Amino acid sequence: MTRRRPPGASPPPELALDLFAAPTQHASQRAPQAAAVPAPALASPALERPSPGRSEVPGSSAASAVAISTLTATARDVLEGAFMPLWVRGEVSDFKAHRNGHWYFCLRDRTAQIRCVVWSRDQRGIPAAPDDGMQVTALGQVTVYTARGDLQLVLRAMEAEGDGLWRKALERARRALEADGLLAPERKRPIPRFPRRVAVVTSPSGAALHDIVSVARRRWPSVELVVVPARVQGEGAPEEICAALDRVARWRAADVVIVGRGGGGREDLWAFNDERVARAVANCPIPTISAVGHEVDMTLCDLVADLRAATPSAAAEAAVPSRVEIERRLLRLGGHMRACLRDRVENAAHARMRLARTLSRSATAFVERRGARARELAARLHALSPLATLARGYAVARGEDGRPLSSAGLFAPGEDFSLLLRDGLVQATARDVHLESAPETGA
Amino acid sequence: MSFEGNLQRLEEIVERLDRADLPLDEALALFEQGVEALRTASAELSRAEAEVKRLVEQSDGTFGLDDLGG
Repeated sequence: MTRRRPPGASPPPELALDLFAAPTQHASQRAPQAAAVPAPALASPALERPSPGRSEVPGSSAASAVAISTLTATARDVLEGAFMPLWVRGEVSDFKAHRNGHWYFCLRDRTAQIRCVVWSRDQRGIPAAPDDGMQVTALGQVTVYTARGDLQLVLRAMEAEGDGLWRKALERARRALEADGLLAPERKRPIPRFPRRVAVVTSPSGAALHDIVSVARRRWPSVELVVVPARVQGEGAPEEICAALDRVARWRAADVVIVGRGGGGREDLWAFNDERVARAVANCPIPTISAVGHEVDMTLCDLVADLRAATPSAAAEAAVPSRVEIERRLLRLGGHMRACLRDRVENAAHARMRLARTLSRSATAFVERRGARARELAARLHALSPLATLARGYAVARGEDGRPLSSAGLFAPGEDFSLLLRDGLVQATARDVHLESAPETGA
Repeated sequence: MSFEGNLQRLEEIVERLDRADLPLDEALALFEQGVEALRTASAELSRAEAEVKRLVEQSDGTFGLDDLGG
């Protein structure tokens, strides 16, 4: 009969019974503790030697009665040896988280139940404590709690129907973040449009980094991508992501940080649902873009980041502008600017022409106005001129040298003079000169 | 000036040039500034491809950048 089986194979029940029944003569011997070594102590050659002077099988008679502690310990050893760790299904009841950190509850179905325990050190892999009434599947080792003689399952992994535990853990963390105001939409900061340096918190060997680098470089080749390495799944991943974000925060030289990873199973993405990671993202002094998994995956990290990108490629697109688009925009702006200026120059030319026309119109008007004034002045001049007097029938006498002869004393008998009249000159000669008063001199 | 600042300046210039009431000498001055902004922005666009780096924290708490390749 084979007592060592490959790990993971669960024993058929009849085999367990067979095992239990067979080696009773060595029942008092303790099996090794580790559940991973399923063979009972009975398999050890050293223990198969009959004890000197003890040929009787323990417990076979009143004289060789075994102690209860020996019985329960033996039962434990036999059970642990017979059963490999195995998955069981049942409903949780009487759940109790003890002060010492261990969880105690029962798993049951309609006709049976078994006591279960989850040691505190084994709880890390379980997203949240189950609630009474939850249907769960759990991985554990059948054993006997020797102090009570109770059959017991020591569990170290557990899943609830409908992702109950994950949803419970997620909801608990989400509520805590919400209570601290970390999910408020007004906390979201804008992502800079033209970052020079983009920090990327992810695994240096992951597909996410490859996608981000190729997309970012295609869009804007001169953008500086700085990888801040962190394990993104498995043991220690949340701590490493938090540490990487802390480094980005202290470095302060990045314009934006992308935190994420490519697609994977729910457990693979779980680090991004870790409350500590979510808080580190929320508190990052540099604008954050979260890119976890695929479109359908939504994590706490996505909820607190300034921007949630559906995939790492989408994160790169959101972080880095497209050079082609910007080039087009620059061309458009340049063209528009030149067109504006051309218009302005043409407008100026038109304006000059308009101005010239206006000027010439004003000049004409000016001249016309001045002309009217000239005529008016001329009229006034005319009124003052002797010609007007002449027009009224008077005459002016002028000497041969043209001087007006305005006094009789200026005439000499026999001298020629002319008379200027309205319509012509008359040549005349003075015949007699009579002075009525003293002659005036000069004129 | 940052690339974004430059681009913004360019937008402003075009917007102001669009206004018909701008005196010609101001329009010309704006145009010159716009051409300069355009030149700076275009130069930024043609900058060489940058290497992918890895952030390394030194023991004294300062940071350095290593080549990652790719």
